[in-house]
Amino acid sequence: MNIPSGLKYTKDHEWAKKDGDIVTVGITDYAQGELGDVVFVELPDVGDEVSQDETFGTIEAVKAVADLFSPLTGEVAEINESLGDQPDIVNSDPYGDGWMVKIKITDESEWDGLMSDEDYKGLIG
Amino acid sequence: MKKTALYDTHVALGAKMVEFAGFSMPIQYKGIRDEHRRVRETVGVFDVSHMGEIEVSGENAFEMVQRLTVNDVAALEVGQAHYTAMCYEDGGIVDDLLVYRYPDKFLLVVNAANKDKDLAWIIKNKLQDCEVKDTSDQITQLAVQGKKAEEILQKLTSVDLAAIKFYWFKEGELAGAPMLISRTGYTGEPGFELYFENQYAQKVWDAVFDAGSPFGIEPIGLAARDSLRLEKKMCLYGNDIDQTTNPLEAGLGWITKLDKGDFIGADALRKVKEDGLKRRLVAFVLQAPGFPRKGYKIFKDGEELGSVTSGTVSPILEKGIGLGYVKKGFTKIGTEIEIEVRNKMVKAEIIKPPFV
Repeated sequence: MNIPSGLKYTKDHEWAKKDGDIVTVGITDYAQGELGDVVFVELPDVGDEVSQDETFGTIEAVKAVADLFSPLTGEVAEINESLGDQPDIVNSDPYGDGWMVKIKITDESEWDGLMSDEDYKGLIG
Repeated sequence: MKKTALYDTHVALGAKMVEFAGFSMPIQYKGIRDEHRRVRETVGVFDVSHMGEIEVSGENAFEMVQRLTVNDVAALEVGQAHYTAMCYEDGGIVDDLLVYRYPDKFLLVVNAANKDKDLAWIIKNKLQDCEVKDTSDQITQLAVQGKKAEEILQKLTSVDLAAIKFYWFKEGELAGAPMLISRTGYTGEPGFELYFENQYAQKVWDAVFDAGSPFGIEPIGLAARDSLRLEKKMCLYGNDIDQTTNPLEAGLGWITKLDKGDFIGADALRKVKEDGLKRRLVAFVLQAPGFPRKGYKIFKDGEELGSVTSGTVSPILEKGIGLGYVKKGFTKIGTEIEIEVRNKMVKAEIIKPPFV
């Protein structure tokens, strides 16, 4: 199971990567494996407000559909447009080209409360 | 939970195993989309040993099978098979199945999930001097499907495969195993289904993969089996047909020979035909992104028409496709409908199947 260090994680199987006040968000390798072949990713619009632990989109795989939860509160700065045509990038490169949204965060303290890679490893056992 | 003779092989190949009809079955190996396309483009192999095999023999076997099933067994020659269904007296479907005609018996291949129910129904309707034998647990079934299937299998047998016509079969040796070689399948691609005793399972599997490696042969899971059959509008029992649906509304009029004489359900089905169908199973394509799933409702102009029975995103069309029952008056090809996909109406069009 690929759980890169240097990222933060949530119990809902999202990862977050911080660069200044911009946080990139996607789903973990474990999550994509559980979902199987992703066929659609529904993302918010740039400029939308998102809140920590609230849904910001959905991910639809052959087997099931799942909500996407925002790890942090803020404003959507960018979305990964290429997932529209190639949703399967989420399967092949969940931590790289399969990223979903970039959020301009407003509350730094939320970042510190996210799970470390070690914590997440413990969660999925 | 039951295991097929190839269980360890699937696990070693990294298959995701799930419970299906009491068996631990491979739902996917590398990925559904790739497996699906592999079968459409070249060739793939399915372990479908969970399917049930029931033999009916004896002096009155012909009459018994003729009475149990809706298709006309009199039209079957020895060495030939057909797709058919068993119905209850009220016309509801017990199961859909294949019937193979041997010189001295009939082989009924039924859905795994229905096998026990089917067997009980068959025994209940057994005629005198007939024997019913359930060989399901002894038989391995492999489906080798795709354009390259014949070329690959021909390397392993002296039986002339080209001489086996669609929905005909031969008994012979393949990869050193005595078997039933049948030109049938559930994918809409050219191919064969092989039935043989469990003891040969690994040997045949290995031989087929050896022979198929130049063609990129791959194992295919049940998930791709489902999307492959759906693209060709083949019914799945439990989704598109069940005891509450009759073969006529399911679009299976072509196997329902109402003029063949008496059979179980005939009176009810003749009445259905006389009265006209109240609903029909239709095939639709979504015109916007969406994944139609079983149970989603079908609408037109706010009026509920029915619900989805099977749906997926076609790996070939890359669009949402599905089947569903729609009430009379709205079933014409080209009709614009809407599917309620999680609180959102998505436009769809009824099309003439198959989808691909």
